[in-house]
Amino acid sequence: MNTENFIPINILCQHYKLEISFFDNLNENGLIEIQLVDEIQYVHKDSIYEIEKIVRMHKDLDVNIEGIDIVLNLLQKIDALQTELHKVRNRLLLYEN
Amino acid sequence: MAFIDYYKVLEIDKKATDTEIKKAFRKLARKYHPDVNPNDKEAEKKFKEINEANEVLGNAENRKKYDAYGENWKHIAEYEKANQGQTYYNQSQPHEDFTSYGRDAEDYSDFFESLFGNSARGRHRSQQYKGTDFSTELSLDLHDVYTTHKRTLNINGQNIRFTIPAGVENGQTIKITGHGGDGIGGGPKGDLYITFSIKNHPDFKRDKNNLYTTVSVDLYKAVLGGEITVNTFDGKAKLNIAPGTQNGTKVKLKGKGFPVYKEEGHFGDLYITFQIKIPTNLSSKELELFTELSKLRTS
Repeated sequence: MNTENFIPINILCQHYKLEISFFDNLNENGLIEIQLVDEIQYVHKDSIYEIEKIVRMHKDLDVNIEGIDIVLNLLQKIDALQTELHKVRNRLLLYEN
Repeated sequence: MAFIDYYKVLEIDKKATDTEIKKAFRKLARKYHPDVNPNDKEAEKKFKEINEANEVLGNAENRKKYDAYGENWKHIAEYEKANQGQTYYNQSQPHEDFTSYGRDAEDYSDFFESLFGNSARGRHRSQQYKGTDFSTELSLDLHDVYTTHKRTLNINGQNIRFTIPAGVENGQTIKITGHGGDGIGGGPKGDLYITFSIKNHPDFKRDKNNLYTTVSVDLYKAVLGGEITVNTFDGKAKLNIAPGTQNGTKVKLKGKGFPVYKEEGHFGDLYITFQIKIPTNLSSKELELFTELSKLRTS
């Protein structure tokens, strides 16, 4: 597999000053997807935004991985509700002058 | 520049212990952290306030200085003179700091800058972080979003030219990558988020890709049928009215609606509702003829 778009986990560990177990835990909880290539663990570079958010929640707010999972799920729900609200508001414009 | 009561910001007593300060800060940070309050400007503002309060009260040296001056902070120069030789910032111990949330000078109040100067912020910054994301609202009318076009926005003195794709919806947000705040420690720039606020059109209502309009038809054409010209969003169209058309009849003009977002050449439909216009101020001759028609109907 071409690893051009992937970042090795050990680089993330150095960058965020976190143990590898933290990323293993995220993988086990389905929060990130770790790919194994030639015995080296990688994450796709597109997942960096989400990983940074998770790291901030963990480091800044002392939220554990299970808590982060709940927060992310709730944020997803809020996002879906906001999209729905926009749609409903736009439909409402049909009946407003 | 107003005095900021950092104790009030952290909702603690002036005699609060370090543990109490830390606890109060953690509690408020969990509530207002930008990651758990996306696109919430008020929360972001509050988060910056509590962060700043923690910078001051969570650090023994800073707290001492703040407590010594408090509301008399304007006399700071005299205070510095009286304590000449003492340096406050370069000896301070690292303390909790949200370094990962790209802060820059704008994230600190003038009050803070005045009391602690530039050197007080960002002491422990060693990693690279993405800059702050900016967000703005752009008010447009329906015609503006009918065709794909370019616009220039001035954000913090910088002109940003970007494309508005045809068919964007009211409330929709687009991201312009790399046009947010500067990164920290050489990190990438943040992004710019533009939310569209699209004003109502007086004649056309929009629901996703479909447009709705009402067209007046005179009584005679509604009864006898005929051809009329209607306004569509991008021009005029000829329509045949069937004899005996009722008030409120709806017709669909396929492909005459709004462009489908990011699907070039695809359009929704235009729905037209006929409103039959009843003649008023009838002449005596018209009245006579209507009466005759009425009699024919009832006989």
